[in-house]
Amino acid sequence: MTTTKVRKHPVNAAVFVADNDRAHWHDQALWFVRSKRDKMAATLPEWEELRQRASEIKLHTLSRLADLLEEFERNATKLGATVHWARTPAEHNGIVLSIIKKHNATKVVKSKSMLTEECHLNPFLERNGVTVTDTDLGEWIVQLLEEPPSHIVMPAIHIKREEVGDLFHKHLGTDAGATDPPYLVNAARKRLREEFLGAEIGLTGVNFAIAETGGFVVCTNEGNADLGVSLPKVHIACMGIEKMIPRLKDLSIFLRLLGRSATGQPITTYSSHFHGPMPGGEMHIILVDNGRSDILGSEEFRRSLHCIRCGACMNTCPVYRRSGGHSYQTTVPGPIGSILAPSRDAKTYSTLPYACSLCGSCSDVCPVKIDLHTQLLSWRKEIAHRKLLPWSKRMSMTLAGMMFQRTWLFTIIGRWGRWLLPKLPRFMVYNRFNDWGKQRELPPMPKRSFREMYAERKRDR
Amino acid sequence: MRNGNATDSPIHQHGSCFEMTPMSRETILRSIRQHLPQSSPLPDLTGPWIRYPDPIAQFASVLEMIGGTCIRVPTVADIAAQLERIPAYASATKTLSLIPEIGPTNVAMDSIDDPHQLDDIDFAILPGHFGVAENAAVWVTDTGVKHRVVYFLCQHLALVIPADQIVHNLAEAYERIEFRDPHFGAFIAGPSKTADIEQSLVIGAHGPRSMTVFLVG
Repeated sequence: MTTTKVRKHPVNAAVFVADNDRAHWHDQALWFVRSKRDKMAATLPEWEELRQRASEIKLHTLSRLADLLEEFERNATKLGATVHWARTPAEHNGIVLSIIKKHNATKVVKSKSMLTEECHLNPFLERNGVTVTDTDLGEWIVQLLEEPPSHIVMPAIHIKREEVGDLFHKHLGTDAGATDPPYLVNAARKRLREEFLGAEIGLTGVNFAIAETGGFVVCTNEGNADLGVSLPKVHIACMGIEKMIPRLKDLSIFLRLLGRSATGQPITTYSSHFHGPMPGGEMHIILVDNGRSDILGSEEFRRSLHCIRCGACMNTCPVYRRSGGHSYQTTVPGPIGSILAPSRDAKTYSTLPYACSLCGSCSDVCPVKIDLHTQLLSWRKEIAHRKLLPWSKRMSMTLAGMMFQRTWLFTIIGRWGRWLLPKLPRFMVYNRFNDWGKQRELPPMPKRSFREMYAERKRDR
Repeated sequence: MRNGNATDSPIHQHGSCFEMTPMSRETILRSIRQHLPQSSPLPDLTGPWIRYPDPIAQFASVLEMIGGTCIRVPTVADIAAQLERIPAYASATKTLSLIPEIGPTNVAMDSIDDPHQLDDIDFAILPGHFGVAENAAVWVTDTGVKHRVVYFLCQHLALVIPADQIVHNLAEAYERIEFRDPHFGAFIAGPSKTADIEQSLVIGAHGPRSMTVFLVG
């Protein structure tokens, strides 16, 4: 994916909402997950305390990140793992390929890793003659569809069962027209178990890396990470440097928050703690920066590095739910993605901080207390400051600014507007210049302004 | 700021990447150290963490909720009779047990050298160390388990834990876990599952299609 292909979020969102039924279905599917999260969070009286501790642990971790990474490297090496460092996606991909080549391997099974998506590892390996199979069911579905994931926890949340049925009919020979999820899952199970058994190398992401022990934790519901790295002898684990936590026991905070926030489960089915290679095996851990150390330097945005990738902010976001993950055109979509993407490339992703109503729901559900909506607002300021706004928005903001600074002007324009707007012919109000009139009717104009009503009320007393 | 799209250029030479690494390490660490925020204390982990009046009942009810089954037995010897009542066990062709008192089973782990040979195990009965009441997770390790894949590859899984080894919450659980030597440990909570097709929950994704926990005592 090159940056030139990236279209503005509103353009992509317009395509998504054009199919009204589907947009509504998508919205409901995610709201269902958000509701499960609420129910699960409510079972723990200490929920807010857990969020507070998680936030403090991450704050501490960032303040000692270099030391902790070195401690992790030391301990992981002691356990027999090899630790690699990559500044860029290209370096990361090069390291992965060199390990694969060293073993003369061509078949890799991979469990879900947003970092390898960020690095576009799959197409790179395929260009180099390596077959990569994504083994998380959702990720495998989007891989077969040749699409990127649209959600970080539920990669195929935008796909309907009929489409999965067609896809599996084509690739797995399931019955034409079959849409029953257990039937489809069973067909995938059969094929993917063959892939696990035939793989030469297993690749995983990392949910948490523990400095104190040199080990790391990978969480799945399907068991695909464990199958992928317990049959082949070689395990490659790829992680962003922000995945670090200081102590093993810190997991008692994070694992209580992760599953509940992500999908409303008390814990993921499998929370696997890897410490060193299997007997007779090999373990490689790749630590990737790719702009993270730069974000660390930003007072305003560094807390975005607390993120544990649970996806709760996406599930709750009214814009994400109604515009779909692909409208963001980033590996991580939704509120957190709209902070991370402009940190890397503000020009390309300048519309993302505006894909937000500033309702603040993301900040309320975030298990590590990232002040998401505040950061999104800060990004808007930053984008305006860097003159990355389109001319139309700059102009209208300047005019609005002038109006709001002058009470008399605001009063006059308000009065004119209330009088004029209902009299205008429809085409002058509902046209391409008025985004607020798309898909909805403007409310009827009140007869009097609030100020007038307030003044009258005071008089009457 | 760095741009994340450098991957489209084919990598020059894979062999050179290992040489690149030491330099990258220093660059990354230097960049982090330049950007470190001011220090912030590490919180302690004691807290008002939830405790249940009856942790065993809580464990059993959460396990049912996440698709597993909990069976309480007075002694290990009573497990055999319970197993016979489980259809997946009664109809199993290949069974494996790592609990000495349970059997007879027809596959012996130690006689298998290649873990791939475990792909047709229908029912495995394996040891768990302890359970967690708040989320019905059972802690398992590869200590004494020659091929850890068996926990994930068998068609049906039963774990055996002493009933007095149920802790209330994960904070208590981590009091019991340590990693000094290289080894593997995992919390397993219920059977393998997925909801990746339209959020419709399906039990038995790639791993075990069922999970039974025997609480002994």
